[in-house]
Amino acid sequence: MKPAQFDYYAPASVEEALDKLAELGYEGKVLAGGQSLIAAMNFRMARPGSLVDLNNIPELSYIKPTADGGLAIGTMTRVYAVEHSPEVAKRFPLLPEVAHYIGHAQIRRRGSFGGAIAHADPSGQLPGIAKVMNAKCLIRSKGKEDRWVDAADLIIGPFMTVIEYEDLLTEVVLPPNPPRTGSSYQQVARQNGGYALAACASVLTLDDKNKCQDARLILMGVGEMPILSDKVKEILIGQEPTEEAFKEVGEAVQSEIDPSSDLNGTSEYRRDLIRVLVPRSLALSLERAKKGS
Amino acid sequence: MAQLIPIKVTVNDTVYERQVEPRLLLSDFIRHELGLFGTHVGCEHGMCGACTILFDGEPVRSCLIFAVQANGHQIKTVESLGSPDHMHPLQEAFHEKHGLQCGFCTPGILMTVVPFLEEHPHPTEDEIREAIDGNICRCTGYEKIIESVQAASEKMSSGK
Amino acid sequence: MTGKYFGQPVLRLEDKHLLTGRAKFCDDIVIPGMLHAAFLRSDYAHAIIKNIDVTEARKHPGVVAVYTAEDMGDYWKIGPLQVPPPFAIKDAQFNARPLPPIAKDKVRFSGEPIAIVIAESRYIAEDACEDIIFDAEPLPAVIDLEKAWEDTSVLVHDDLPSNMAALVKQEAGDYEAAKKQADVVVSKRFVADHVAGAAMENRGFVVNWDERTQEMTVWAGTQAPLPLRSAIAGRMGLVENQVRVITPYIGGGFGPKVMTSQADDVLLPWISMKLNRPIKWIEDRRENFLATTSERDQVHHCEMALKKDGTILGFKDVFYHNTGAYDPYGMTVPLNTQTHTVSNYRVPNFYTEIRMVFTNEMVVTPVRGAGRSEGVFVMERMMDLAAKELKMDPVEIRLKNLLKKEEFPLNTGVIGQDFVVGVLDSGDYKNNLEKCIQMVDYEKFRKEIQPKARKEGKHLGIGVVAFTEGTAVGPYEGARVTVGNNGKVSVSTGYSTQGQGHFTVFAQIVAEQLNVKVEDVRVITGDTGHFHWGAGTFASRGATIAGSAIHAAAVLVREKIFATAAKFLEVPEDQVDLCEGSACVKGHPEKFISLGDLAGKANPMRGAVEADVKPGLEATAYYAPPHGATGSGACAMIVDVDPETFKVKIERFVLVHDCGTVINPLLLEGQIQGGVSMGIGNAFYEKMVYDENGQLMTASFMDYLMPQATDMPRKMEIGHNVHPSPLNTLGLKGVGEAGALPPSPAFCQAVEDALYEYELDLTESNLNPSMLYEFRNKAIKR
Repeated sequence: MKPAQFDYYAPASVEEALDKLAELGYEGKVLAGGQSLIAAMNFRMARPGSLVDLNNIPELSYIKPTADGGLAIGTMTRVYAVEHSPEVAKRFPLLPEVAHYIGHAQIRRRGSFGGAIAHADPSGQLPGIAKVMNAKCLIRSKGKEDRWVDAADLIIGPFMTVIEYEDLLTEVVLPPNPPRTGSSYQQVARQNGGYALAACASVLTLDDKNKCQDARLILMGVGEMPILSDKVKEILIGQEPTEEAFKEVGEAVQSEIDPSSDLNGTSEYRRDLIRVLVPRSLALSLERAKKGS
Repeated sequence: MAQLIPIKVTVNDTVYERQVEPRLLLSDFIRHELGLFGTHVGCEHGMCGACTILFDGEPVRSCLIFAVQANGHQIKTVESLGSPDHMHPLQEAFHEKHGLQCGFCTPGILMTVVPFLEEHPHPTEDEIREAIDGNICRCTGYEKIIESVQAASEKMSSGK
Repeated sequence: MTGKYFGQPVLRLEDKHLLTGRAKFCDDIVIPGMLHAAFLRSDYAHAIIKNIDVTEARKHPGVVAVYTAEDMGDYWKIGPLQVPPPFAIKDAQFNARPLPPIAKDKVRFSGEPIAIVIAESRYIAEDACEDIIFDAEPLPAVIDLEKAWEDTSVLVHDDLPSNMAALVKQEAGDYEAAKKQADVVVSKRFVADHVAGAAMENRGFVVNWDERTQEMTVWAGTQAPLPLRSAIAGRMGLVENQVRVITPYIGGGFGPKVMTSQADDVLLPWISMKLNRPIKWIEDRRENFLATTSERDQVHHCEMALKKDGTILGFKDVFYHNTGAYDPYGMTVPLNTQTHTVSNYRVPNFYTEIRMVFTNEMVVTPVRGAGRSEGVFVMERMMDLAAKELKMDPVEIRLKNLLKKEEFPLNTGVIGQDFVVGVLDSGDYKNNLEKCIQMVDYEKFRKEIQPKARKEGKHLGIGVVAFTEGTAVGPYEGARVTVGNNGKVSVSTGYSTQGQGHFTVFAQIVAEQLNVKVEDVRVITGDTGHFHWGAGTFASRGATIAGSAIHAAAVLVREKIFATAAKFLEVPEDQVDLCEGSACVKGHPEKFISLGDLAGKANPMRGAVEADVKPGLEATAYYAPPHGATGSGACAMIVDVDPETFKVKIERFVLVHDCGTVINPLLLEGQIQGGVSMGIGNAFYEKMVYDENGQLMTASFMDYLMPQATDMPRKMEIGHNVHPSPLNTLGLKGVGEAGALPPSPAFCQAVEDALYEYELDLTESNLNPSMLYEFRNKAIKR
């Protein structure tokens, strides 16, 4: 299991990287953390002609507060760094909660935050989490205006995004949550560190009358890409968040998902998991929203 | 003709300068270019953890990094811990608690546990289980590995 | 039986080199001028080979040679069977279809080698494999065992009338007559799922033909160095002393490494000789999954006849066993299944029928458990079924039928993998279970813990099963023990080791006899240049068979020490005593001669040696048992099932085991714990899955789930019974596979018990949450 030949470039700055990507076009591929890409290359299932390695660009690794109280995360920030950042934990406890489930620690030490989103693995957690957090992605390329793309519009299919060959996802910005917001993640996987058979994350915001001001729910592993639920909004916004309502959401989202069957689970089982996990996640988010200042 | 790239890597405090093909995996570089055979290769797809090394102090899979990416970086392998006559306390604990059988996964586990114990000098059993969860051992059933790590943490914190 | 060293928790001698990264494994071997091999393997499971064009591959820079079956000319031939057919069994039918070294005319499983590239590096060799054009006409794949047996099936081997690899029937007593006497008869179909050995180190092979010395040296990660040496010598036309097989440190065996696969042992030596260059082949994980052997994969149709009170009258088992595309390893696995279905219990009438079938899958040979797992699984599930039918407690029905101490030795009337009629030598199977339910506190669980948990909405369940492990089969092993001039002792055996701790337990056996420090005994295993008789590492036989041979040799050396020392100390033999590292006069420790000096005296360089006296303090001995020694045990598991997600957590795991005399309690625990983890893996994680086209869907650790640290119970509570085997001097029985046997049936029983609102009927040895969900949906609500 040895990778096929490729040419290697290690730009020292974003500008250099953009130059190289523009020059290589279709032949070029970005090497971020490499924890999915290199495994695929070892199987020779991926065989890029050239790799543009971002690991020598220190300016791509950072976690910075934004003016409005959100966070900007550089694309090469390691998942492990996100998982253990006090800044992240304070503002977005959902992120470390989820990050903990991504592969094993050694993978998270190397795997990059932006890379995991851009990879758009339908079984991966971060693309969906970016969506449910209303993240905005900065995409840059040589000779073009910088583009801000909503995470919700970034992914267009399994392993497919609007990021072109000459583009680079450089930063992910997470907008702040209003007060009295709670979030949680629920998944069932065969093993720790493995892909989820089905997963969901919810973000609930309460108004001063303890009614749902906002409700966001992402459903993962049950379609070709993470599914941002509309039903949750229809059912919960403006309503009292009750256990019954949460159960109703679990039922209603059945029309939004389209899980397939594989070695680890049937489509029916995955549907049933969503039915179970959605109310569990919503209940936990509610509890946290109530505690949230 | 394949590209050859000069690299300078510090492994176990020794600086090595070599010309490498970009596709050469760091695991193969460590083993076959440097002759440090203590780092083992079990799957080459990042799942088994046998090839875990420290890359600038962080435990990573050396099968999921290209050697060329190690240019300018610091690497530590199991050879850096102790020798048969002067073992590291962690290695002593594995010996005393029978924390290994075939020993093939062991170097990867040791290199995972070394930084773990630095960050968690008094780990709970659950923390240890989780810390070694990305290292597959086919022989032991993990129980004695966990006892070994516990014993090592006691040894190391008492300075023995 | 404990002594100064024997029976003590001696720390392992092999650890320090392993822990510090200094141990030498196969891929660590470097020989100047060494070339690297990679195989091109078929993606088709079943296809007629039309053309293999290697022109471009040969031109690839860095490639030294490329061979297909065509290129091998007359050297290509189908290999011999590694294990002979079971003709000791009356009317046994067996169609021998051993492995070819490389596919010719037809490929029969996905992963079968079709070409080999030899290049300057493994990277280049893999590049060149991609340059080979392989043209084949695909055929439908034979995958389903029961359909494969039918006359209408596509044939794996066109020259056979069917896919029958073997048909073996054995009967003890008269099952049909017993059935007529029965109050109840229960029957069920079971699937024992396909699993991998998955040692952490893949196979490896380095071969060096030295034209000048006319000798071939082979380093191989094999469990069977001596059969390998003989196979190579035989195929290469060499006499045995021209081939030396060395087993370096080996990263786990678990069965598949016992195979001599033809691709490595036949092909690579031939190429090394042809090119006059050393060659290295290191199997990668994908190859290991696709083309190393694997096991289980049986479908059983069982029937049990009982009296109202739960007494077993008879048992019938007709089962399909997948042998894969070829059957080089004979019938070891299904014969082991036959012997293990009934060996726990008093079963006066027993009919068993093996239908071994060829399929378009990789070859099936033993994997830790080796047929026993399947036998234990179906028997224990049938006990549960009978208990449900008779409204008995699963423990009660077992206690009623388990064999007791006074019933041994017991002739089972069934011929096993060693081709002799099984005799259960010793033990107390009933007491194992009694001890086990005591340890798990079965009564308390049933009366207090479980009812309380149910009230709280928790789903706790318990499973209690019993098992035997037929171990330590013949034919024989041998060893040589020598006292060196420095007083240290060397031990050589042909037995090879893969992490079990043999360097230590063998040293303990010798140290005990010779009163030397354990660390002063240096053991060499599996090097045919040091010892060249023996069969190999399988069937949990190392400590018992090789250990008994080593013990016998050590006893002879001890006798020689006494005889020689008596002369030099000038006292009668009965006045000689063994002090640590020396022989002395009894009661006069100051009058001594060190063992090293004595070894020198026993090997005089001048003068006459008495007739019949052999030089040195050395002896060679062999041990051959009349039949295997049977270990036994019982296991209890408490699980907590989430009835909504069907995730299962093992809350408690208790195992009581009897492997006779214990050489090293620390290593014994390690063996059991490792076996248990594999058993738990087999029960809830690991499964090899072929699709209908014969493609292996689980050819990586992403899809083949190995048990992890967080999948294990917090503590494996292990209890021991010690009933020494009467078969050997030390009273030993094997233990290597024991832990792997009971988890699957215990898991099934516990999960059924946990999900009490439904009448669950779990009939597969490997489950997962989704399957539990599907089983639950099919089940009747109570």
